[in-house]
Amino acid sequence: MTLYQFLFYVFASSAVISAIRVVTVKNPVHAALFLVLTFFTTALTWILMEAEFLGIVLLLVYVGAVMVLFLFVVMMLDINLAPLREGFVRNLPVGVFVALVMVVELGLIVGSHAFGLANYPAPTPAAVGTSNTLALGSVLYTEYVYPFEIAAFILLVSIVSAIALAHRKREGALYQNIDAQVKVNRGDRIRVVKMASSTPVESEADDDTSKLSGRKAP
Amino acid sequence: MEKIYLIIALSPLIGALVAGLFGKQIGRAGAHWVTNIGVGISFILSLYAFYMHVWGGLPTYDATVYTWAATDAFHFDIGFMVDRLTVLMMVVVTGVSLMVHIYTIGYMADDPGYQRFFSYISLFTFSMLMLVMANNLLQLFFGWEAVGLVSYLLIGFWYKKETAIFANLKAFIVNRVGDFGFLLGIAAVLMYANTLDYATFFERLPALASVKVEYWPGVEWSLPTVIAILLFIGAMGKSAQVPLHVWLPDSMEGPTPISALIHAATMVTAGIFMVARFSPLFELSDAALSFIMVIGAITALFMGLLGIVQNDIKRVIAYSTLSQLGYMTVALGASAYSAAIFHLMTHAFFKALLFLAAGSVIIAMHHEQDIRKMGGLWKYMPVTFVTFLIGSLALIGFPGTSGFFSKDSIIMAVHASQLPGATFAYWAVLLGVFVTAFYTFRLFFLVFFGKERMDAHTRSHLHESPKVVTVPLILLSIPALLVGFFAIDPLLFSDFFEQAIVVMPGHDAMTHLREHYHGALAMMEHSLSSSVFWLAIAGVALSAVMYLLMPGTLPALFAKVFAWPKRILDGAYGFDDFNNAVFGGGSRLLGRGLWRIGDVRLIDGLMVNGTAGVIGATSMQWRKLQTGYLYHYAFVMILGLIGLMTWIVFLR
Amino acid sequence: MISLSQFLVFGAILFSISVAGIFLNRKNILVLLMAIELMLLAVNVNFIAFSHFLGDINGQVFVFFVLTVAAAEAAIGLAILVTLFRNRRTINVEDLTEMKG
Repeated sequence: MTLYQFLFYVFASSAVISAIRVVTVKNPVHAALFLVLTFFTTALTWILMEAEFLGIVLLLVYVGAVMVLFLFVVMMLDINLAPLREGFVRNLPVGVFVALVMVVELGLIVGSHAFGLANYPAPTPAAVGTSNTLALGSVLYTEYVYPFEIAAFILLVSIVSAIALAHRKREGALYQNIDAQVKVNRGDRIRVVKMASSTPVESEADDDTSKLSGRKAP
Repeated sequence: MEKIYLIIALSPLIGALVAGLFGKQIGRAGAHWVTNIGVGISFILSLYAFYMHVWGGLPTYDATVYTWAATDAFHFDIGFMVDRLTVLMMVVVTGVSLMVHIYTIGYMADDPGYQRFFSYISLFTFSMLMLVMANNLLQLFFGWEAVGLVSYLLIGFWYKKETAIFANLKAFIVNRVGDFGFLLGIAAVLMYANTLDYATFFERLPALASVKVEYWPGVEWSLPTVIAILLFIGAMGKSAQVPLHVWLPDSMEGPTPISALIHAATMVTAGIFMVARFSPLFELSDAALSFIMVIGAITALFMGLLGIVQNDIKRVIAYSTLSQLGYMTVALGASAYSAAIFHLMTHAFFKALLFLAAGSVIIAMHHEQDIRKMGGLWKYMPVTFVTFLIGSLALIGFPGTSGFFSKDSIIMAVHASQLPGATFAYWAVLLGVFVTAFYTFRLFFLVFFGKERMDAHTRSHLHESPKVVTVPLILLSIPALLVGFFAIDPLLFSDFFEQAIVVMPGHDAMTHLREHYHGALAMMEHSLSSSVFWLAIAGVALSAVMYLLMPGTLPALFAKVFAWPKRILDGAYGFDDFNNAVFGGGSRLLGRGLWRIGDVRLIDGLMVNGTAGVIGATSMQWRKLQTGYLYHYAFVMILGLIGLMTWIVFLR
Repeated sequence: MISLSQFLVFGAILFSISVAGIFLNRKNILVLLMAIELMLLAVNVNFIAFSHFLGDINGQVFVFFVLTVAAAEAAIGLAILVTLFRNRRTINVEDLTEMKG
């Protein structure tokens, strides 16, 4: 067993085990952390396959950002876990059975009779100094520049929509409305009231006295 | 010349558009000026074209002005074919139309729809010009439908009047029946001759003459007969021949200028003109000519009889129009196309005159049209009286008037015709003379002589109509009186129409006439000893006795003695009742049936609601599959995936 | 050496686990989202494996785009989740029956 094979089995088996844990642990926080582990080990297998750039990107972007986002959400939400686990045990045999059938069948399809070394010999390792990033970039920015732009736009849209969805207007918070401040004119603020210099007070006084007297009467 | 023809046709259209679309902006005076000038230009240029064609020696003009649409096989063109027949029609149409335009200024002075009215009548002039100037069947059909449309608009001009709306619908629908035949005829021409162009069609006619068509097994028809009768069915609708005449009397619901313009001078003559234009086709079919002659004879006599029992001044004249149209149709059937066109022309003048004079009476009577409430008007309205008299004399064919020459020619032509049905037609038109004279002078005497039967208020306001009304009357009475005397010679007996009208050697009633013709004066002289003249005189005399000498007793006595025929006449032979009951009722029944069964049950019930119901019921079952739980969908998806993979692994 | 089929089986196993995860945690949207992330990861493994063995860089480009879309999807999914939880105080799938006819 070469080192290469050894490393692959280690990474792959830990990825599989942690993936199983992702879907079986009770606590979503643990699930997210196991998912991080899965991603990490899978990224390592990618690096084994000379996809260094994508391996690093998976770590940085996915583990660093997306998974943190997951953790953040999981921890932020105060989730009652008990009802969510309902039916877990009941579904376990079916789930395992389906998964096993799929693994077996997929294994039969992609097994070594079809994709073995005889059919697809291992490629010669890239020469030292070969840059996977350069290779990827030279394709991405030429042939795929248009899809690349679209992908960028999709990310922008997702940012906007995520903010729009999650943003909440707080009641009672005080904001500075700069538009209104700039647009204001004198008439909105000051009202000049014309008043007679002397007001007939007597009638009011009469009213007051009558009220007073009315109050006194009973 | 092409530009002149274009201006003739388009200047009324421009007038109509301006008056119709910008009526508010240009005001009432603007509307009548712009349309009058438009039609005036058209009339003057028509006169010029007439002069150029008749005396200027201009050859027949036949050219395409504009190609409307072109397909692989056909061109649909707008073009003009101007020969002597056309220029004559153009002069008649624009001339009468101009008179009516001028007259309308006075007649419609108080109407709120003044601009709209002028727009319509100008549009009508345009349509009629397009009809007569067409050089192909498509354009003819355009003009045909356009006059139908405008007449619909005009009969229903007072659209708040229930009877007017009924009348315009009736006119439109009855014309539709005729147009259906006409359209089929056009389609037949296109199918067999492969062209819509007149000239090309006539060129190809000889080849089609012997074609037989078989619509029912065992019944063979000659193609020209089929086409000719189909086209004539269109003419029956437009020229109001029995049994498609029912719309014309009702169309009197429209304003009087319309009655003069449409139902006397122009639109109803479209059918006559069309048959004359297609004389090369009609000549090929004896059967079609016989059919035309019999239909015309029936119309001429029996529609005239109806005029006797009418009490509405305009309806009497309307029935006389029907009868006169019958005369023209009879002439067509007798292959005396030139006589038909001649009568068309004289009739246009004297009938327009009569209508306009009747309109003048109606104005004076404050829009009272019942002749039983008139009488003694001659001393109040001398101009109207004299012009009406001239019109009446022309209508009954008094020697010397225009109507005399044209009508006598027709009667003689029918007499000379050898076709089956000619004898019947001859007696019908001969009796028609008597009937015409009787009802015309019944009307005349009741309106202008006798006791003044109107109420006191109306009587105190009786006066002659304004100049704008009387001037057209005078202008129209001149041709009504004289055009026959001067036109009979060139028009009937000197090959006026050249190639425009074709008569087969076997049908040449006109040649026969020509042999016996020795000038207009001689014709008048001769007529004094003919039965036609004495029949007319008898009719006048009878009406004079009945309505002048013994108005109190004799009409009532006649009504009692002839109670049964009178009832038939009052019901107009039951055409209306029949149509209402059979066609109206039948189509209502059919409609109700279709509605109940076809619409409510089949379409609504079975197809629309049924579809919805089936989908709804099915969906009620299917929606049970849609639980709304994500894992159910995921489960099904994964089952599908497993199935697919199983297929790939084990079964492929 | 490790053959292509071994990498593919690795991807298949990850995929199957995530399918099973969807079955097992069918009420917890959070874990469902994680399972979907896992599924995409499994697909990415396949892409990279093929890219490596066929010597074709285009497979990695696809992975790049899948990552982009997955990140966007995770962001929006979580945003919806937060809004949902704020309004309903639950992330239980069975409680979300508003659209049910």
